Amino acid sequence: MHLKAGVMDPVAASAEKAIEDMGIAVAAVRTARRYELAGEVGDEHRGTITRKLLANPVIEDIHFRSYTPPEALERTYDLEVVEVPIGDLDAAALEKLAKDGALFLNLTEMQAIQNHFRRAGREPRDVELEMIAQTWSEHCVHKTFRSDVSVRNNAGEVVEKIPNLIKNTIFAATKELAKPWCISVFEDNAGVIEFDDTHAVCFKVETHNHPSAIEPYGGAATGIGGVVRDPIGTGLGAAPVANTDVFCFARPDMPLEEVPKGVLHPRRVMRGVVGGVRDYGNRMGIPTVNGAVYFDQKYLGNPLVYCGTVGLLPRDKCFKNLGGGDAIICVGGRTGRDGIHGATFSSGELTHVHETEFSHAVQIGNAITEKKMLDTIMQARDQGLYSAITDCGAAGLSSAVGEMAEHLGAEVHLDRVPLKYAGLTYCEIWISEAQERMVLAVPQKNVERILKVFADEDVEATVIGHFGTGDKALRLFYRDRLVGELDMDFLHNGLPRPTKDAVYEKADRPSPRPAARDRYDQTLLKILASPNVASKEWIIRQYDHEVQGGSVIKPLVGITQDAPGDAAVLRPVLESPKALVISCGMNPKLGDLDPYQSALHAVDEALRNLVAVGGNLGHTALLDNFCWGNCNKPDRMGALVQSAKACYEAAMAYETPFISGKDSLNNEFQTEGGETIAIPPTLLISAISVIDDASKCITADAKEVGNRLFVMGTTGECLGGSHYLLVEDQTTGNDVPPVDPVANRKVMAALQEAIAAGTVRACHDLSEGGLAVAVAEMAFGGGLGVALDTAAMPAAPGIGEQALLLAEYAGRFLVEVADDKYDAFLRIVADLPVGEVGCVTDTRSIRIKGKSGVLIDLPIAEAKAAWQKTFDW
Amino acid sequence: MARPKALVLRAAGTNCDRETQYALRQAGFEAERIHVLRVVENPGMLGAFAFLVIPGGFSYGDDVAAGKILANQMVGHLGEALNEFVAAGKLVLGICNGFQVMIKSGLLPQARVSEGEANHQATLTWNDSGKFEDRWVHLRCQSNKCVFLPAGEIIALPVAHGEGKFVPRDQDVSRRLRDSDQVAVRYVDAQGQPGGYPVNPNGSVDDIAGICDPSGRVLGLMPHPERFVEITQHPQWTRGGTKRADGRLFFQRAFEYLIG
Repeated sequence: MHLKAGVMDPVAASAEKAIEDMGIAVAAVRTARRYELAGEVGDEHRGTITRKLLANPVIEDIHFRSYTPPEALERTYDLEVVEVPIGDLDAAALEKLAKDGALFLNLTEMQAIQNHFRRAGREPRDVELEMIAQTWSEHCVHKTFRSDVSVRNNAGEVVEKIPNLIKNTIFAATKELAKPWCISVFEDNAGVIEFDDTHAVCFKVETHNHPSAIEPYGGAATGIGGVVRDPIGTGLGAAPVANTDVFCFARPDMPLEEVPKGVLHPRRVMRGVVGGVRDYGNRMGIPTVNGAVYFDQKYLGNPLVYCGTVGLLPRDKCFKNLGGGDAIICVGGRTGRDGIHGATFSSGELTHVHETEFSHAVQIGNAITEKKMLDTIMQARDQGLYSAITDCGAAGLSSAVGEMAEHLGAEVHLDRVPLKYAGLTYCEIWISEAQERMVLAVPQKNVERILKVFADEDVEATVIGHFGTGDKALRLFYRDRLVGELDMDFLHNGLPRPTKDAVYEKADRPSPRPAARDRYDQTLLKILASPNVASKEWIIRQYDHEVQGGSVIKPLVGITQDAPGDAAVLRPVLESPKALVISCGMNPKLGDLDPYQSALHAVDEALRNLVAVGGNLGHTALLDNFCWGNCNKPDRMGALVQSAKACYEAAMAYETPFISGKDSLNNEFQTEGGETIAIPPTLLISAISVIDDASKCITADAKEVGNRLFVMGTTGECLGGSHYLLVEDQTTGNDVPPVDPVANRKVMAALQEAIAAGTVRACHDLSEGGLAVAVAEMAFGGGLGVALDTAAMPAAPGIGEQALLLAEYAGRFLVEVADDKYDAFLRIVADLPVGEVGCVTDTRSIRIKGKSGVLIDLPIAEAKAAWQKTFDW
Repeated sequence: MARPKALVLRAAGTNCDRETQYALRQAGFEAERIHVLRVVENPGMLGAFAFLVIPGGFSYGDDVAAGKILANQMVGHLGEALNEFVAAGKLVLGICNGFQVMIKSGLLPQARVSEGEANHQATLTWNDSGKFEDRWVHLRCQSNKCVFLPAGEIIALPVAHGEGKFVPRDQDVSRRLRDSDQVAVRYVDAQGQPGGYPVNPNGSVDDIAGICDPSGRVLGLMPHPERFVEITQHPQWTRGGTKRADGRLFFQRAFEYLIG
């Protein structure tokens, strides 16, 4: 397997260095992998094995015989400035240009560009058109979320008009809550909150879905690589202290024949994605501490890869301070043809031809290049050598410099950008998404010093221009010839205010109520083995979750360190007991049924997990990440409106502001047969909390025989979206358990107090699989035994046994309390829905009874084996 | 008396240097993190330090083989300086990637950086599981001569590596390591008994997790002592049984050795 020409080869780069170290001159190094297939393997099988299992033809060529790659082609580039005539195009021709040029702009937007250049009295150059398309892309400007929405009912009448959707929902909550510890929200590359007197923390979660669908390993690795650069590019630079990752895949056990053309098998996607996150995150030395994985067949063509990074930065370095005349320095990796069109590509729908057509949008990362860049940037930051920093993400220099130059303009000399290989056009240099690059603004007096900081550790840094032009325009030069010129005001404010149509009608499906059973042992085993619930130890252990030394609560807990923890806790400042709690919540099963309730559930789950280990609701911030279908379709847009409104309600009720967010729309896949598969509306909520004393935290594993067990929070009759219906009926139902955020917050606040007072020995939230799964997981961690009675759960009279046992209501916890804290605990939770349901036993079994008798009685070992075998890969 | 000085060696891809520096300071050292290129420029700077720590990470991405490129750099540019450092009776500790670098430069098991020694007697290769794994293990402190270890005790530390399987070249090397008391730590279970995976997390021959040189002053091991210098780093501290942060011992004992 030989990497295709131009694909990043980190091992070759390191080998070159090592050979030089030995004093041997070498022209070039290339690496390849060789496999030897033993036994009788026919041509057809050989092809399948190599193409489907061993190589990814998107980035690799397969050779069955000895092969010597050709010498690198020394291409030269003769400057040719390309104009794209649009002045005389009619509507159809503009749309065709947008499509053929992969600009992903609609007609109104194309017309705005046409008018701008008509006024300027010239035609746009290619690089100008590309830069506008990128700056105006969904990926960069979130135009769907900023649009004015007309909500219609099924009869087509407008029932509501919402100007600027996000401003009036998610941003509004943050503004109204006005938490004094919020430092910078929705402005910079990550949201920033206070940590202690001298430090702030920032948090950003991104998605890298489209690249991961095509090249899972490279896509996920660069997803992590990209989000890690967000904190580094926040304020004057934050040091990454933790990563998170959440994935959505189709079922990894689906038969290969059923996988449509243009789609990789979900098992391969999952292995590749996990490998990519592992290799990049581990090499960067950032602990991957929290995450989740969900499975649904609708993710077949559009797997979702969410990657998050938390960073730590000095309180006095939370804001940029760009000055006119500051040098523009490009630092880190070199620029190549990789990733061209990533921003616009990620804003479009995938089809079965995308796999080949857009493969050049896939980048391969080199974590060590990024690590070296991080090490040196932190030194330059601490010496105060630069005035602003941002990362080269989607659309590379175009978006990084374009953003930084918004108020000052800039002059950039593209021929000065260091290249991986010759032959790139000025336009390719400007929009390349080559990884591991950042842009700094450096006061002229510091240029020499900062270049030495980088050179000292073998990091490339190059002055490519300066900020500040008299007329605030951006001018691009190539060998001193003007090749692009854009008015910053048009670029940043010229996008026509988008409008969207939305329609929402709650789905009307039956709400089946399976017949009551005598026993639920088999049901519990099935839920424990179902992929959403099953142990993710196979993934977790491949990530270094302890590097940097701050680990307090790890992702796996309990006596054998293989039971699930609720949230991660880590101390980012080793000298201090202060800690961060990091958690997440998501419920795509409910997204299809009721996007409003689904969002409430997601927020509640993230906060439940956080409070369960000892998080502080009073100093907790949220992040939203929406992955949706094509929001030009009014029903998808309608679901988005519902979800955004629920985010507002939840943030207000729990008093937890949103500080950052991101969306990935158009997650739809068109099969060869023309069928469209849209993902379920998928909202990831990430939460981060600051606590004063890490040593007050608790874990979910049952601790001591004889300790009492309590359920906090109310259970009702609804089973919609539950794993119980999923495994026993293969249905979803329709009656989503309604969330009462105000009531739930009271329960959480009391629990927080009880934990702070040291009255709680163990706590686990109730989520997928309801009480039964929570009890089982708590027992896995303790290895002792648990016995409890559902009849003592807080619930309205008459709630059925199966709902008490298996319904997935939000706002509920299972809590272990020692005898000597019993009274103190009860005093704190007085007047709340709390029931004493049982105790920790020494029977090594999970025993749950209800009014009708024993419902479940399973040896811990048997239940745990079922839970662990699904991903025992 | 001045506090002994420790040098934490950094290179491209090193990533456990800060917590290692923290552990050293906690034990009383004056600890500096210094990039290998600075040492290559001025090998004489080693003279100011009494303790060299090569921390964990992925030096040069572990490209080619874990630790190989940094080891190559040391063989090419720092052999003499490091050999003098060891001969002067000073201490060297290599953790995880640092251990890999020591094995691949010859610093272990023979305390001699040279092309001839490198990879000669043993290597660290891919885990039997074929993948990177982060988990806690128990170790028996085996060697009586190793200055970093409480001989005979069972301690807990985390491992986090993909290439940690210790393989000696042959039976002779194994025997020599045993006979000269150079097997520093072995993977065991909580009761101190040997076991298969995951008690031995990577398939190391003879359950060897770390070895020292014949003097006992040069130690390399795959597990991370710097990740267990606070009670709250232990995976079961919330259960209440964690009384001592075992990793601290390594740094405390090094400190005590150096201040005599």
